[in-house]
Amino acid sequence: MEIKVCGPGCASCEQAQKIVEAAVSAGSVDATVTKITDFQEIAQMGIFSTPAIVVDGEVKCVGRAPKPAEVEEWIS
Amino acid sequence: MQSIQPINQLPSSEAKQMSMAKITIIGLLGLVVWYVIYKQLEPFSHFFSYSLLGIEKGSHLGEAIQFFVYDTPKVMMLLTLIVFVIGMLRSFFTQERTRKYLAGKRETAGNVMAALLGILTPFCSCSAVPLFLGFVQAGIPLGVTFSFLIAAPMVNEIALVLLYGLLGWKVAALYLVTGLLIAMVAGWVIGRFKLEHWIEDWVQELRAGEAVVIEEKLTWIGRVERGREAVRDIVGKVWMYVVAGIGVGALIHGYVPETFMASIMGKDAWWSVPAAVVVGIPMYSNAAGIVPIVEALLGKGAALGTVLAFMMSVIALSLPEMVILRKVLKPKLIAVFITVVGTGILFTGYLFNLVI
Repeated sequence: MEIKVCGPGCASCEQAQKIVEAAVSAGSVDATVTKITDFQEIAQMGIFSTPAIVVDGEVKCVGRAPKPAEVEEWIS
Repeated sequence: MQSIQPINQLPSSEAKQMSMAKITIIGLLGLVVWYVIYKQLEPFSHFFSYSLLGIEKGSHLGEAIQFFVYDTPKVMMLLTLIVFVIGMLRSFFTQERTRKYLAGKRETAGNVMAALLGILTPFCSCSAVPLFLGFVQAGIPLGVTFSFLIAAPMVNEIALVLLYGLLGWKVAALYLVTGLLIAMVAGWVIGRFKLEHWIEDWVQELRAGEAVVIEEKLTWIGRVERGREAVRDIVGKVWMYVVAGIGVGALIHGYVPETFMASIMGKDAWWSVPAAVVVGIPMYSNAAGIVPIVEALLGKGAALGTVLAFMMSVIALSLPEMVILRKVLKPKLIAVFITVVGTGILFTGYLFNLVI
């Protein structure tokens, strides 16, 4: 599984990253979490507000940090 | 607003209805308690400084301590209330909705709406670039986009609350109205220049793309939750700036002579307005930290226009934001942006020094 956390690196982006990483390690899911900070790359996915989470190419949430329960649902 | 405790999502709709009524009652009760405490703050600060500590009334130390003991809880209470209410309100105004709404607007009307929405749409300075890209992608005119980008940081709810709490509603209203006007007019002017070709080339290519929109369904309980999150987030982050700002303000209040600032920041020093704007650009302070200092400066004879110009320059024209915007705008467009907004701020500064 491939999870992308998109955001330039402000407080809520870091929070999103932490929540995703915690959920991945707690659920012992085989997933790679990558952080994407390049605006061009983010915009080309159709994402225009950050933070955003992309799981296996599908945009799951835009413009806010997800809740841990949501992330668990996406990756299970 | 401590009385509003976490309310868990309840399964049945009946239970939800009940808790909805409960939210309203608890909210109103909380508001009454809030008001009663708020009204006691000033008498308490006098009692604390002059009776309990026994410091002489009118002395430097007494003035400074009373200012600090009164203003700190007052500002924190105002801040908590307003941030909570705005946090709830903002759950209605998502960036996606704002973008969709502005996409159908022409210039002029679009500039007005964009400036107003700039206040209410949730936005942080680091999401300025994605937001800008989204606006371009949706085909929103450049000038309208700028109206939004200027208003969003300039008319800041924290600054507004602090101005109201420390300087009264008139100054707060002046700040709100002039901030909005600058955003509207500056955006409109930038639109007239037709500078679309000064956006970076890769941005232009986005116009063909499609935006991903995920609409969230929120209940009232969810919106209350948003308000609480905003309080935790914003108040948790800015309280130390507020306390530090009030601390500096208290020192100025107690120890700096009444007319000290009049010579450097007074009405008669014509050069003080442009100087205030130039000094303000590299400064990147939190609105929360700057207002208590502004209050103290005003109290010592600085002119209102000069002080407002300084504050707007600090908040709206920040160097870090320019660096971020550089990724999507060519330098010439950034220069135009600074010039137009700077001129607007200068004009406001002189206007207030002239009128008041």
